[in-house]
Amino acid sequence: MIFRFHQYQVVGRALPTPGNETPKAYRMKLWATDEVRAKSKFWYFLRKLQKVKKAHGQLLAINEIFEKYPTTIKNYGIWVRYQSRTGYHNMYKEYRDLTLNGAVEQMYDEMASRHRVRSPCIQIIKTATIPVALCKRVNTKQFHNSKIKFPLTSRKIRPPSRSLKTTYKASRPNTFV
Amino acid sequence: MVFRRFVEIGRVALINYGPEHGKLVVIVDVVDQNRALIDAPDMVRTQINFKRLSLTDITIPELPRTPSKKVLKKAYDDADVEGKWSNSAWGKKLAVRIKRASLNDFDRFKVMVARVKRSSIVRRELGKLRREKA
Repeated sequence: MIFRFHQYQVVGRALPTPGNETPKAYRMKLWATDEVRAKSKFWYFLRKLQKVKKAHGQLLAINEIFEKYPTTIKNYGIWVRYQSRTGYHNMYKEYRDLTLNGAVEQMYDEMASRHRVRSPCIQIIKTATIPVALCKRVNTKQFHNSKIKFPLTSRKIRPPSRSLKTTYKASRPNTFV
Repeated sequence: MVFRRFVEIGRVALINYGPEHGKLVVIVDVVDQNRALIDAPDMVRTQINFKRLSLTDITIPELPRTPSKKVLKKAYDDADVEGKWSNSAWGKKLAVRIKRASLNDFDRFKVMVARVKRSSIVRRELGKLRREKA
């Protein structure tokens, strides 16, 4: 699966000075499209939390974080801070996905479609894997059923590859299963 | 219309689009409205959109949610999914389609000869019946 947003762990600190030989190191987990953007975001957020800028700081490590169990379904909760046309708001969203990166992708797509918020205006505050008992959204909870069963009500028949597509069909399609 | 084929854990489906086209897989869990977690004895467990699946009539009964590969393989063999598929009308039609697509020129020549032979026998009998009638 190709993910637009990758998860990175970035560790950095202020440069050591004669007054402070061993400054505290800070670690952030954040999402960015690539490493360069990740490093930039790290300094953006760290500036808001500590009195340190990239100019007098140093990056100690940047590593990409990959999903540990990409074949099991998890319920992800994502806390988001976003900028709308009228101000900043917080949101909590839940997604069911196999990977955290997948859930974050879903979040970005959903924010863009439902609220017209583009990715630069979104900040991820926190993400967590939510156990089944603590899920809040009905949309997620409806899939918490070990005997889940539903029909696929209307099916679009399509050719098995784009090269076999035809403009005209002899008969109308039957969308029943 | 009564729905007979359901998305459920243990339902066998055929992938009808994409690189895995034509593969029989088992639905082992449902991610959300549009995606299922599928597995087969010879592939890594992945997610797939329902749009890429054609549900079959075959189910593996009493399959636990997201079974281990060992459990899945045993259940798959016990339910004789491959056997049921190759004996089903759909499975047979698909097998014929695959065979036809894999024929080489000599095979197609042999098919042509066999068809001509068969049709000549049929027409001979038809001719006899026509002469009897007349």
